[in-house]
Amino acid sequence: MTTPVPTTSTTAAGDARIGVYVCRCGLNIAQTVDCDAVAAAMAKQPDVAVAKSIGYACSEPGQREIREEIETLGLNRVVIGSCSPRLHEPTFRQMLAAAGLNPYLLEMANLREQCSWVHMQNREGATAKARDLVKMAVARSRRLQPLDEARLPMTQRALVIGGGVAGIQAALDMADNGYEVVMVERQPSIGGVMAQLDKTFPTMDCSI
Amino acid sequence: MTDAGRHPRITIHTLSDVLEIKGNVGNFDVQIVKKARYVDEKACTACGDCAKVCPVVRPDEFNLGLSSRRAIYSPFPQAVPSAYVLNPHECLGNNPVVCSKCLEACEKKCIDFHMSDQTLNERVGTIVVATGLAPHDPRVLDEYGYTRYENVLTSLEFERLVNAGGPTQGHLLRPTDRQQPKSVGFIQCVGSRSARRGKAYCSNICCMNTIKSTLVLKEHYPDMAVKVFYIDIRAFGKGFEDLYTRSRRQGVHYVRGLPGHVEELPDGRLRVAVENASGGTLDYYELDMLVLAIGIEPAAGTHKLQEMLGLQLTSDGFFLEAHPKLQPVDAATRGVFYAGCAEGPKDIKESVTQASAAAVRAIRLMQSNTIAAEAITSEIDPELCKACGKCAQVCPYHAITVDPKKKTPAQVVTAACSGCGTCAAECAFGAITMNHFTDRQIVDQIDAMLEDRPSEKILTFACNWCSYAGADYAGVSRLQYPPNARLIRTMCSGRVDEQFIWHGFKKGAPVILVSGCHIGDCHYINANHWTVKRVEKVRQKMEKRGLRPERLQLEWISAAEGVRFAEVMTRMEQLRRTVTDKEIAETIDLLEK
Ligand SMILES: Cc1cc2nc3c(=O)[nH]c(=O)nc-3n(C[C@H](O)[C@H](O)[C@H](O)COP(=O)(O)OP(=O)(O)OC[C@H]3O[C@@H](n4cnc5c(N)ncnc54)[C@H](O)[C@@H]3O)c2cc1C
Ligand code: SF4
Ligand code: SF4
Ligand code: SF4
Repeated sequence: MTTPVPTTSTTAAGDARIGVYVCRCGLNIAQTVDCDAVAAAMAKQPDVAVAKSIGYACSEPGQREIREEIETLGLNRVVIGSCSPRLHEPTFRQMLAAAGLNPYLLEMANLREQCSWVHMQNREGATAKARDLVKMAVARSRRLQPLDEARLPMTQRALVIGGGVAGIQAALDMADNGYEVVMVERQPSIGGVMAQLDKTFPTMDCSI
Repeated sequence: MTDAGRHPRITIHTLSDVLEIKGNVGNFDVQIVKKARYVDEKACTACGDCAKVCPVVRPDEFNLGLSSRRAIYSPFPQAVPSAYVLNPHECLGNNPVVCSKCLEACEKKCIDFHMSDQTLNERVGTIVVATGLAPHDPRVLDEYGYTRYENVLTSLEFERLVNAGGPTQGHLLRPTDRQQPKSVGFIQCVGSRSARRGKAYCSNICCMNTIKSTLVLKEHYPDMAVKVFYIDIRAFGKGFEDLYTRSRRQGVHYVRGLPGHVEELPDGRLRVAVENASGGTLDYYELDMLVLAIGIEPAAGTHKLQEMLGLQLTSDGFFLEAHPKLQPVDAATRGVFYAGCAEGPKDIKESVTQASAAAVRAIRLMQSNTIAAEAITSEIDPELCKACGKCAQVCPYHAITVDPKKKTPAQVVTAACSGCGTCAAECAFGAITMNHFTDRQIVDQIDAMLEDRPSEKILTFACNWCSYAGADYAGVSRLQYPPNARLIRTMCSGRVDEQFIWHGFKKGAPVILVSGCHIGDCHYINANHWTVKRVEKVRQKMEKRGLRPERLQLEWISAAEGVRFAEVMTRMEQLRRTVTDKEIAETIDLLEK
């Protein structure tokens, strides 16, 4: 599901109202990082309107809580200390969009893959690092600007490189759904390795 | 296969290779070279009259050289397209005096010696990479006497020999005397699961393939003695254990232990020495034929495609998915998807499942006739631009136009900009703003980080696609390393401005690490070449100013190199411990002047 990007512009740096959410991820983060201490430290940072730890930020109740606070507290920047942005940045960007904020006003701090999971024996060091990472995210979030994603034309045809059983299946599925497919095969025939097999497991029937 | 061949919306280019891919999701421009077939694909009825008269006899690749074909031939009976193909390197040539027998034999007149290679241009919105596998070549390691002993075959050769359409019409014959073997042994994990020989990973299909082959043998030749030498049998899939049990019930002898030695006896039989891991004994077996269960490796040309599309590979050489659990068929490059063994060894069922998944992921993007463009692009302030031309020179996408002679300020073609940030890092006049990774944003991050106890912290820049992903991978693998580094994510290491580095040192950073994709793996074609140049330049300046250049480090870490990331972190921490408070204070003094 893609939510359309709202184009509402937000206040420029200076009157930022930042919401900071430190995700415990069950115990994934909380068992190594003192999430409450991190949140408490952030509450003292300038422009931070709210800072708290939260059980599962990505869960529906977690997202609802943040969405509601965006509205009730008039937040215009959201900082989430949680897993890698490579995992949930799209999730939280959509959450911002659903709350009427431009999705680029989100900043994440990686407290799980790059902190709690790699410093498991060092709660103090991990908590100090988490504090810095969220603080850096807060600093950056102040300077974030809304961005608009322009629409570019999409060519509704696909290229399939390789005509083995995988390429053939992908091509058929796309073609059956109405898309034109160009298949490139290096050999004089498609078929790949499967064409060379006699019977195949697990069904023990012939392959072509 | 035939469904694909007949489908009105599928165009198949065989004998073809992708030469170049430009552009981005929604609009990839693909250049394809299609080699000449010398036979009109549409007109040929596959009657075979041409091959009957061709005097050139060559080993048949499809049957792995176990049979022969002519210089003009059909790849195999069910081939799609079914048209014959002429190999120009084998053909005696189009000089009529020399040969051209086929030309005369073909009634449809579909043979054309003057056909030439074609270059085709296609524009597509999405790409599915399904380049498959290459079987392990046991010759490389001279495994079990393969090629020295004729009766040692690979599992793929065995497939052809038991295939009704194969060179022996499905009768299993021993190559030396063309007699039916009375005993056959299978050796597992050839080229797999060994740190010393071949690949370290499990090839996934060889156990089940061997079990299948033993059942085929027992069905046709119930009295044949069939043995399997293995480390352990991996029959994990649906219905697999059942086949394994059936095989054992039918009398197939499973011997735990891989042969240490194979020797050929004068009558062509093979004597195999096996240390039996269950009994601890050294056993000898004499067998008529040995089949090597060869592993699966990435297809040839994987690297070329990887570079063309800015994709990532695992340490095993297969394509790396965007997320191993949640985006198993997406490439990190938007609009590119993986299907089948290109992504890793797997069986047909899994290949087909993944292919359908890839198709749906591609359709998800293609269903609309527009797509959201990259919002993270650069912007140029014409007031500040001095039209020096540097940005246009470094942009890997040629997205910037500027005329230094006429002094027309630079302009970015936003649709072509991919957002690496190299231009912004290289502009000496601060004329370029990199959206979402502005100088101000990054400098503020550095300040926040180094505000207190800077001497304990390692300022690390990591690129989104490789080193930052490698750090995530270290996390997923729970690798433990010192907690001193603080990562600042940029899309590309090319974004790391010289000013960020000076600023970091001025604020008291003991060590600064710049990290990114290996050279050749850059997600932005070759933007990281500029990273190297820049880091080198800064280090020279450091040296001149009396700073230890080692305090600025550059490391390449791929998305799959979690272990390497953890090692680098440990090394950086060791380096940090060599930087004294005095040294840091001196640096700050020097740079504040
Ligand atoms: C000996 C053996 C026995 C097996 N037995 C079984 C079995 O019984 N049951 C089972 O489920 N699985 C079996 N498998 C596994 C099965 O073969 C694979 O799962 C299946 O072939 C994977 O399909 P694919 O399309 O990914 O790759 P492939 O079959 O390898 O097809 C890839 C295609 O892409 C083409 N190609 C590659 N690179 C390029 C390029 N750059 N440009 C253009 N074209 C390119 C190749 O020419 C090839 O046609 C067996 C494998 C082996 C080796
Ligand atoms: S947002 Fe990330 S860290 Fe938080 S609960 Fe979800 S997965 Fe865990
Ligand atoms: S590098 Fe900077 S000054 Fe030079 S042309 Fe580009 S934008 Fe203008
Ligand atoms: S150098 Fe990178 S950021 Fe600059 S215009 Fe080119 S692609 Fe865009």
